[in-house]
Amino acid sequence: MTRLNLLLMGILVVCALGVITSQHHARKLYAELQNAQEFAKQMQTEYGQLQLEQSTWAMHARIEKIAIEHLHMRVPEPGKIQMAPIPPVAKVVGEKS
Amino acid sequence: MMADAAISRKGQLTVRLPVWRTRMILIVLLIGFLALIGRAVYLQGVNKNFLRMKGEARYSRVINLNSSRGKITDRNHEPLAISSPVESVAVNPREADISPQQMQQLAKLLGVKSDELKKKFGEERDFVYLKRQLSPETAEKILRLDISGVFLQREYRRYYPYGEETAQVLGITDLDDKGQEGIELAFNQRLAGVDGSRRVLKDRRGNIIEGVESIRTPQEGQDIVLALDRNIQYLAYRELSEAMHENRAKAGAVVVLDAKTGEVLALVNQPSYNPNNRNKNMQSGLTRNRAVTDIFEPGSTMKPFTAALAIESGRFQPDTLINTEGGKMSIGVATIHDAHASGTLTVSQVIQKSSNVGAAKMALAMSPEYMYGNLAKLGFGKVPQSGFPGEVSGRLRPYQTWQPIEQATMAYGHGISVSLLQLARAYTVFTSDGELQKVSMLKLDQPAEGVRVFSPATAQALRAMLETVVLPGGTAPRAQVQGYRVAGKTGTAHKLEAHGGYAPDRYVASFVGFAPASDPRLIIAVMLDEPSAGQYYGGTVAAPVFSRVMAGALRMLGISPDMPTQNMLLPATDAPEVREET
Repeated sequence: MTRLNLLLMGILVVCALGVITSQHHARKLYAELQNAQEFAKQMQTEYGQLQLEQSTWAMHARIEKIAIEHLHMRVPEPGKIQMAPIPPVAKVVGEKS
Repeated sequence: MMADAAISRKGQLTVRLPVWRTRMILIVLLIGFLALIGRAVYLQGVNKNFLRMKGEARYSRVINLNSSRGKITDRNHEPLAISSPVESVAVNPREADISPQQMQQLAKLLGVKSDELKKKFGEERDFVYLKRQLSPETAEKILRLDISGVFLQREYRRYYPYGEETAQVLGITDLDDKGQEGIELAFNQRLAGVDGSRRVLKDRRGNIIEGVESIRTPQEGQDIVLALDRNIQYLAYRELSEAMHENRAKAGAVVVLDAKTGEVLALVNQPSYNPNNRNKNMQSGLTRNRAVTDIFEPGSTMKPFTAALAIESGRFQPDTLINTEGGKMSIGVATIHDAHASGTLTVSQVIQKSSNVGAAKMALAMSPEYMYGNLAKLGFGKVPQSGFPGEVSGRLRPYQTWQPIEQATMAYGHGISVSLLQLARAYTVFTSDGELQKVSMLKLDQPAEGVRVFSPATAQALRAMLETVVLPGGTAPRAQVQGYRVAGKTGTAHKLEAHGGYAPDRYVASFVGFAPASDPRLIIAVMLDEPSAGQYYGGTVAAPVFSRVMAGALRMLGISPDMPTQNMLLPATDAPEVREET
């Protein structure tokens, strides 16, 4: 009887320690998740800022100015533009979807 | 009691302790237990909530979950408005402790006078903003001063990369990132996120170790995809600005619509402002989206509708002859004039030469009821429901009150008021074979269904007529675009005086047209308010803007030319200008 009790107590202690470690582990992981989520949010914000920066650099007015003033480019005359219509295959694909 | 028994068994101690002593101890112990039980009941039962709260306060925290406002993008998902986090500096004056030296440094960083700052630190409140919306760099410097009681608060600020080009369309938000005008206001519900909060457990180091419950789930603001094309928007803005400057106009607007779907590809206004630094030089009226919220008498740009109604009624054909009586016609006491006298014109020529008398005669051949019914069907006098705030319905008076002279003047766009958007939208009946399209500020996945107003034959006849307007002999040869067939109509209307009646020397010049005429893809409407550099005709002031925007937009969209490129048939420089009034 005493042996059984001792055995049960041993199991109990092991279980208790198991609960403690797993709880600790869970908390650690949760903290990690929190940090990762925070990071994701930060990245999202940064993405927005980069988008903003990109569109500022890519402003039509700015590109036009550089193209004309620095690169001496100009819009071709309509007579020199050849339009290449998209082949109708693309349209069929579009209609299927 | 065990002791009692042991003693008596051994019989060594015969003297019994007095009974009252054991009783006494028993009672004292019992009282002690009762006191403990009472205390336990008090703590566990009566005072439970308070204690639990205090306990939780040691480890559980409610954290706010910020959500940011959605982006506004153009049809190609290029951002037009983005919220970016900024820091605001605030102080709790009750806890603040600042040295004079720190005060000076802080004032310098914030760019305010230290007297003002002192006043804020002296306020009897828990929370005072020192300055809102600082750049992250400045905010960090302030944090490094390490003044107790001074802290940062994260806020969002709206940035508009295209500045004044899109100012009136997008509108603005206030300091708290709520929509105030334009699209920002119209779609505020969808753009605005909902802040949430959550209860969590925190450890000693401040890490969140467990989420207990979510009090309110945060909702990120949704993104809005507009129908606008930022390249066409830029082009329209640039050309409008130039024309404004050249003609010294008071204001102007350009609307570009997709001729098939009614989507608004560009919507620009002048004068404009930069929404990114709004507090400076903000005059009232600058934020107004004139193309949508202001009405004007359209003048001759109405004539195509009169002609279409006349043809649809069956009484006229494009080649039916109308005697314009030398450009003068009297109705009652009033006389209608043409800018240039002519004799007999066909319906087509009435449009080409923009004859008021011809248009009036067509109108008078129709019943007021028929004319009113169809004008209403074209969206005149009704809010266009583009979803833009502050849209106006324009003015179309009920036909029961029409006098013959009013019916006649309405034929050439007087006595009726429209917004530029309404006018541009009405032209979709010509470009989509007689069906009126809905205007949409948002990008459409599938084109909405139009409402049939005219038969396809009528619409085609009108397209052919409107093409003659830009040919030599018409009122707007300057609207031509190299390589494309274009069609359109000019308008030059006297402005209404504040007290009624028409101003003799103040005009609204307009042009509405579409291209390529063989298969219309774009409708562009241009309006210039009070051009005052000498020229004021729609054909000379507004048509060139149309031509340049159209040429650029067609090229950007990769629309194939439907004409050889040598199609420009400008009249000889010494040829007399075909003018039109109204």
